[in-house]
Amino acid sequence: MKIQQLSLFAENKPGHIAAPARLLAQEGVDIRALYLADTQQYGIVRMIVADSLKAAALLEAHGFVVKMTEVLAVEVPDRPGGLADVLGALDGTGINIEYMYAFPYSRGGQAILIFRFADPDAAIARLQTAGINLLASEELLNI
Amino acid sequence: MNSVLETSVTDCHPASVPDYTPVVELRDLQLQRLQSVVTRAWRQVKLFHSRMDERGLEPEDIRSLNDIAKLPFTEKSDLRDTYPFGLFASPMKDVVRLHASSGTTGKPIVVAYTQEDVDVWTSVLVRCFAGCGLHRGDIIQIAYGYGLFTGGLGAHYGAEGLGATVVPTSVGHADRQIMLMKDFGVTAMCCTPTYFLHLIERAAELGVAMKELPLRAGVFGAEPWTESMRKHIEDASSIEAFDIYGLSEIIGPGVGCECRVHRGLHIFEDHFYPEIVDPTTGAPLPDGTEGELVLTTLSKQAMPMIRYRTRDITMLLPGRCECGRTLRRIGRIGRRSDDMLIIRGVNIFPSQVESALLQIEGTLPHYQILLTREQELDQMEVQVEVTTQMFNDKIGALQGLHDRLQNALDHVLGIRVRVALVEAFSIERSQGKAKRVIDRRAL
Repeated sequence: MKIQQLSLFAENKPGHIAAPARLLAQEGVDIRALYLADTQQYGIVRMIVADSLKAAALLEAHGFVVKMTEVLAVEVPDRPGGLADVLGALDGTGINIEYMYAFPYSRGGQAILIFRFADPDAAIARLQTAGINLLASEELLNI
Repeated sequence: MNSVLETSVTDCHPASVPDYTPVVELRDLQLQRLQSVVTRAWRQVKLFHSRMDERGLEPEDIRSLNDIAKLPFTEKSDLRDTYPFGLFASPMKDVVRLHASSGTTGKPIVVAYTQEDVDVWTSVLVRCFAGCGLHRGDIIQIAYGYGLFTGGLGAHYGAEGLGATVVPTSVGHADRQIMLMKDFGVTAMCCTPTYFLHLIERAAELGVAMKELPLRAGVFGAEPWTESMRKHIEDASSIEAFDIYGLSEIIGPGVGCECRVHRGLHIFEDHFYPEIVDPTTGAPLPDGTEGELVLTTLSKQAMPMIRYRTRDITMLLPGRCECGRTLRRIGRIGRRSDDMLIIRGVNIFPSQVESALLQIEGTLPHYQILLTREQELDQMEVQVEVTTQMFNDKIGALQGLHDRLQNALDHVLGIRVRVALVEAFSIERSQGKAKRVIDRRAL
């Protein structure tokens, strides 16, 4: 259920995301999801790509500092309350969300929520008990 | 020449009389004091005694001033290695004051004063101020930092000793400094030259005409500055700007100061004996030749310094000053023989930055120190490359890393610096080695 996410450090300056993006494009690595967390000085580019090991090796070979982290992908109906239902399932469990981001996909009217949990195993157990659909890696990449 | 001498002596401040001691008499006094301080250090300071032993020397071997060249040097590292009190020659009950300045690692350099030392320090500063034409009736604002740094308190006691009115503002709060200069009718300012440039700029923004204030003199030190900075300061503020020299290890500010002739800084030779040596070999160099300034405290009780390597590069100016003082002069100090940086008057070594970074990360990341001058104030930015070990994909964790680096640097350096996390390999390396310091300050 856990999905490999690739994060890299980038200074908050023009052109600093273009370089890694170009590199992945040249090698034909497809970026399926991307989220940018930023401060005034620097940012963290988080992405889910088709071949994360290949992408990480490629970026590292070009001097980028890369970190692989495990995240969960939750599929919810793309309607008001979709997110609230998932969060409701976590209420009172003490399971902490470190960060999250979301993107819709047109086919099927679903939305995907990407979560990084402090304790992913506890989160998987809880969400599955609540009947929430977690996507496996292949499922997410084949959307 | 004679007539200048006579008028100077009769017109001078009473405290300045020793400035005009006939040379023969001055050399006699220096020898007598040198013999006495060497004996004292030999008896009281273990490190000095063992170094004398290694050379087969005893205090009796100092028979002339030239014999000083036989004595071992004292280095900044000696103060660090004997931290905190290892070089004291007086018991703590006789020490009335401790000051400290940044050392090369996390620990500061400690200096001590007996009451007699404090009195000597005050007397040399009175002579500095008197040489700048200041006297009782002047209102002197001291905008050097007060506290462990010797600048503030040193200048303060000197100005009080002169009989002037002291406004002890310490450093910072430019708007308040300017308001007090104006409202109190301050006639002289003591601070670093760059801080005064900052005040000039800020006064203009506030609509205060610096040239119309009663301010007529500035006594500037604790960092190197140039003739072009002097011209800029004097043109912008209609004051006479004086260069003052000193270092905590010797006594603090007041080791030497310009007189109104402005051709070099007179060293108060009855208390501090100057030599110029080759920075590499340590061999003495003749007057007029540039080298490293080495100072010996002739009268210091609590912590005598014998042949202290200042790392400041200058020369002893040949000939006598037009002012009539018999005190020899050093040229203005423009550079150092080591990698010490002076930021807003505070001494910083790149190795201190390294020790702070090591504390946080355990390994040394690539880093670079960037020095700039913004609104006439020195700014220091430490850029740290984010390595795989340091990187975390949570913003909070990176912010935490940033804060830990910031705190460690503030603690070790004693001044506020900027910390910037930068991408790996973004700091330029020349032949595999990063250039550690980029100095973009224009003097």
